[in-house]
Amino acid sequence: MARAVSTRRKTSFTVAAWAVSFLIFFPILWTFLTGFKTEGEAIASPPSFLFFDWNLSAYEAVNQRSDYPKHFFNSVIISFGSTALGLLIAIPAAWAMAFVPAKHTKDILMWMLSTKMLPPVGVLIPIFLIFRDTGLLDTRTGLVIVLTLINLPIIIWMLFTYFREIPGEVLEAARMDGASLRNEILYVLTPMAVPGIASTLLLNVILAWNEAFWTLNLTAADAAPLTAFIAAFSSPEGLFYAKLSAASTMAIAPIVILGWFSQKQLVRGMTFGAVK
Amino acid sequence: MATQHSRNAARLMMSPSVILLLGWMLIPLSMTIFFSFQFYNLLQPGQETFAGLTNYRFFLTDPSFFDAIRNTLVLVGGVLVITVVGGIALALLLSQPIWGQGIVRVLVIAPFFVMPTVSALVWKNMFLNPVNGLFAHLANGLGLQPIDFFGNYPLASIIGIVSWQWLSFSTLIIFTAIQSLDSEQLEAAEMDGASSLNRFIYIILPHLARAITVVILIQTIFLLSIFAEILVTTNGGPGTATTNLTYLVYIQSLLQFDVGGGSAGGVIAIILANIVAIFLMRMIGKNLDI
Amino acid sequence: MGHISLNQVSKSFGDVNVIPPLNLEINDGEFVVFVGPSGCGKSTLLRLIAGLEDVSDGKILIDGTDATITPPAKRGLSMVFQSYALYPHMSVRKNIAFPLKMAGVEKEEATRRVEAAAKVLNLTEYLNRRPGQLSGGQRQRVAIGRAIVREPKAFLFDEPLSNLDAALRVNMRIEITELHRDLTTTMIYVTHDQVEAMTMADKIVVLNEGRIEQVGSPLKLYREPANLFVAGFIGSPRMNFITGAAAEKQGAHTLGIRPEHLTVSNSAGEWTGKVGVAEHLGSDTFLRIHLDDGSTITARGDGDFEAEHGTTVWLSPDAEKFHRFDASGMRLN
Repeated sequence: MARAVSTRRKTSFTVAAWAVSFLIFFPILWTFLTGFKTEGEAIASPPSFLFFDWNLSAYEAVNQRSDYPKHFFNSVIISFGSTALGLLIAIPAAWAMAFVPAKHTKDILMWMLSTKMLPPVGVLIPIFLIFRDTGLLDTRTGLVIVLTLINLPIIIWMLFTYFREIPGEVLEAARMDGASLRNEILYVLTPMAVPGIASTLLLNVILAWNEAFWTLNLTAADAAPLTAFIAAFSSPEGLFYAKLSAASTMAIAPIVILGWFSQKQLVRGMTFGAVK
Repeated sequence: MATQHSRNAARLMMSPSVILLLGWMLIPLSMTIFFSFQFYNLLQPGQETFAGLTNYRFFLTDPSFFDAIRNTLVLVGGVLVITVVGGIALALLLSQPIWGQGIVRVLVIAPFFVMPTVSALVWKNMFLNPVNGLFAHLANGLGLQPIDFFGNYPLASIIGIVSWQWLSFSTLIIFTAIQSLDSEQLEAAEMDGASSLNRFIYIILPHLARAITVVILIQTIFLLSIFAEILVTTNGGPGTATTNLTYLVYIQSLLQFDVGGGSAGGVIAIILANIVAIFLMRMIGKNLDI
Repeated sequence: MGHISLNQVSKSFGDVNVIPPLNLEINDGEFVVFVGPSGCGKSTLLRLIAGLEDVSDGKILIDGTDATITPPAKRGLSMVFQSYALYPHMSVRKNIAFPLKMAGVEKEEATRRVEAAAKVLNLTEYLNRRPGQLSGGQRQRVAIGRAIVREPKAFLFDEPLSNLDAALRVNMRIEITELHRDLTTTMIYVTHDQVEAMTMADKIVVLNEGRIEQVGSPLKLYREPANLFVAGFIGSPRMNFITGAAAEKQGAHTLGIRPEHLTVSNSAGEWTGKVGVAEHLGSDTFLRIHLDDGSTITARGDGDFEAEHGTTVWLSPDAEKFHRFDASGMRLN
């Protein structure tokens, strides 16, 4: 039951909320704006907020200096590739756990989750050595494999919580209608779970896109995604704020926008269904 | 509730996931444990020998280990305090009747989607830099001496940057939990004469208890493994001022090529993470009814 | 053809034995209703026949072939679920066509059959809608349509009317009965509502705690209930049970008499008592009467019968219609 609130009260809360959220968002906005400045304007004191000479020189400089498209492409391949592979492996598993629960289903789910708790640094050396010896170091394939494995528990969990909301009778109806298991999953479960699968996909693309432990440690030049591309700015040469801003904007824009679409599902995914 | 046929199918369908995760867990883990008992340096291949507990003794008596433990705890604790307290306050503010709630929420959640390397570099250079950073401009404008954040308060600076990212997360989770609170409960409490402070203490806070616990546990898991933010800002320094356990293991193994020592550190990191993980798993397990 | 025979079939979930071994013959073309209180195992029994659950022991024969371990898709049975279980992402047309698609029926043939089924069920104008846009009764018809297109050996209905409101339920009851008359296919129908069982069935199977209490035609069950459970379950209002001296006089431990077999009078009769509650339905008057010996009895009076709380009335049982039961609850003849 919504109740009437005085306009004054509502106005003061609105002002406060907008002010705080603007402050929180400001670094992103500032980065976005600085990308359109010249290097001189970027460090000018006092800084100008909107009234500067908007230009694309920083973007041009970034593109000349480094191969942004390559890193962008690496990020896309790695994040979407690992998510797609993860979904392919996880959908059957989540089907089994949601619709044919057995005595140990809960234990298996909890165990899968526990693998996510393993600190990456605890297994860094073996993975590094295995990758070195198998030639997977600095390859997109290698990163797809690692990111698939580290996000697989989250994918299974998210799908599981979505699948459980689908009434089992519908799948039984498909079975009675003569559908094989493959057809039951393909024609009935998957289309019904499209919203859930889509949000799982979205969250995992975001997580994989921003993953910065494995991508930094297992890549050098060829397979480096945007996380590593940006890390190269940690040793600056001369004035670089505008270029840093331009590169940062290009690195985060796609995922921040995707993220805005997935904020509701994010809660469920990140808390393993404990908060809805 | 199923037939033998479907149970067999279920086992088959689960096996790829189970086998992959089992392999992912067991193979590297047993290698780490094995290496931790070896003298093994990447620069001297083929000279591995059994080391017993030497690596552990060496790691545990290294003063930088204690610095790393302290830094890890301060980093995790500092970020948790800021994000939980701030998250509750922000979530309460956002759940008030306001105009443009959707837009406000979008603004608040945005930092969570910024990749760690970007947020660390942007903050370090464009805001916290003592000469050209925005805060320095601001201090100059007010006639104050600009603060050299990374020079004087390196760990606090990293805590600030990480908190900025995770505040988004905690706010969103707690906000979602507040939305699920039955407003009739609050109205009933109001009818019973509870002041707004009492309503917060006796109704809202208990309702949020679960969400807050989940926020703390999940953030702890991620915060124990903070890496990129340190790598691109301080490289663990000055000295060991910002070296956490993850970063120490990274230095030991990939910069000093000491696989044995790094592995011992890795095992210690796993043990620490497990202590948190047990509590988290209990929480989630309780909410899972199959 | 649709002859189904259950041979010593039993079912346990873990340590809990929900259906002790039972035998049952369902003949081709019969309309069989499984009825019983909730938790009596009737739905489990239906799911065993469907193949959605494994039997723990025993054999299920369909048209003489052993189908005990045949997966549901291969049994040639259709099922209508309590929740209808329609595919929400498919149009009505695709829902009804789904079993045909799975069976690999040719497109033109499938379209022809879907349209024929839609016509029978008055769904023609809804064929392109999604289930979410239909009313409860229409969804029910789509579920039936999906069941009939593939021309199964038998239809299984799992409490199909329990989600409908009272008026619609009566209509659908008649529609399903007519459908059975037209198709003459075996139907197995699960319900907890004895009125549905009485009005629709050729043969009723009364279940209680997984056991079959009695099998027979509706009138046979009404006239000669085999035991106290069936006597109490079939018929509304419930049969009155009298123990003590009045029963012993008839040579029984328990004496049963239906409310409609008691004559109510304002002036004279065998038993006398005061009215507790009088329910005037117009066509009938149901009276809850506290007899002088302390027992309570329900009786049906004429619609015009005048009585209210506290009125003294006399009752005369029709001795021909007494049901006599022994101490273990079995019928005495």
